[in-house]
Amino acid sequence: MKKVMQTPFTEEAVRSLHAGDQLILSGTVYTGRDAAHKRLCAMLAAGETLPVDLAGQAIYFVGPCPAPPGRPIGSAGPTTSGRMDAYSPVLIKECGLRAMIGKGGRSQAVIEAMKEYGCVYLAATGGAGALIANSIVKAEVVAFDDLGPEAIYKLELDNLPLVVAIDADGNSLL
Amino acid sequence: MKTITFDTVKDAVCRMCGQAACDLPPDVLAALKSAAGREKNVLAQGFFEQYLQNSDIAARERLPLCQDTGFAVFFVSMGSEVMIDGGTLREAINAGVRDGYKKYYLRKSIVADPLFDRKNTFDNTPAVIHLEQVPGDQLHIVLAPKGGGSENMSALKMLKPSEGRNGVVDFVVNSVISAGGNPCPPTIVGVGIGGTMEYAAFMAKKALLREVGKASSDPRYAELEAEILQKINASGVGSQGLGGDITALAVHIEFHPCHLASLPVAVNLNCHAARHAEVIL
Repeated sequence: MKKVMQTPFTEEAVRSLHAGDQLILSGTVYTGRDAAHKRLCAMLAAGETLPVDLAGQAIYFVGPCPAPPGRPIGSAGPTTSGRMDAYSPVLIKECGLRAMIGKGGRSQAVIEAMKEYGCVYLAATGGAGALIANSIVKAEVVAFDDLGPEAIYKLELDNLPLVVAIDADGNSLL
Repeated sequence: MKTITFDTVKDAVCRMCGQAACDLPPDVLAALKSAAGREKNVLAQGFFEQYLQNSDIAARERLPLCQDTGFAVFFVSMGSEVMIDGGTLREAINAGVRDGYKKYYLRKSIVADPLFDRKNTFDNTPAVIHLEQVPGDQLHIVLAPKGGGSENMSALKMLKPSEGRNGVVDFVVNSVISAGGNPCPPTIVGVGIGGTMEYAAFMAKKALLREVGKASSDPRYAELEAEILQKINASGVGSQGLGGDITALAVHIEFHPCHLASLPVAVNLNCHAARHAEVIL
């Protein structure tokens, strides 16, 4: 059975999910890859205010293709999540991040932070960027424009199919 | 001599960039359909449905199959009777990549310096070009855009010759299993055995261009391909690394004479969106 969910997430909603659950997600998510994560963590370390409020939110690890005319975004599948392992625990702990969307495995440190603070790791379908683009109805760059495809976008999702790969109890399909 | 103009090469390369990004080659599509029929895991069956839908949407709506439209890697066979008029072949190919990645709204994924600045070149150049001279008057250009997720899972080892066949099997199978979901399985596994360090890596990449599932022409290597594929799929890594019966669609091995002291083995993976395009001028 597929669970239909909407962002932002409460801790309770996140903790009710189990590894292997299929989700259909709608609502706002923010994008971020290594370069954006590095900057966010540097800003936190310097005590600066982040350009996006991540409390209760989801970060989608993606660097989309440019939007062709008449579309909000180009192809937009997940990138390898492991490259964000160094940064994710900080965002979970300090910003209240509730979900991460990507592909591939995560480190033990990330899983420990997910368990402690209540966060899930959701798998989007790697290599299905055109299909996923059709579940994104709106996209705008909200920070780090100079990073090109690695900028932070605010996306509006409409029924994006996902799988709970690692739940907030640390159970993992990976 | 046959003269081919700079613009002819540039325009052909430009078109290939769009075609490779959006049109899944028929052999890859056939391999995906066949694998979907053999997959028993329910989650993985869902992923296979999505791969096939993705291929339809990409072709119909001219959206790239994958947002990582890759490093533009070219394999070029240039006839000894061919001359390029108006510039070098390298310049013409890079000009075509520049045009194609802009025209077809492909992602620009190349940074100018690998270590220090890592600033995007914003036109996806420079391309990697493997050039070989052959007899005749044809210019054969193959473009195989290569995504970072699968490329990062590459592996190379200089085995001791005494490690032999079993050493090769273990190294390749373990490389694919430890890659997990990162390279977007189901993958195509390219293997280069022999040659030198860099030539083994080149062969592993070139092996990815073979028609998916076509066995090596050498029966011993064909048997090795089948054994490695069976072991990889028995691992249960599965689609997206989330479990299932199909972790790889095919294993392709290329081999070459090597030094008596060496047994180089290289592994290069391609995701299920195994893209390529070619043209003969």
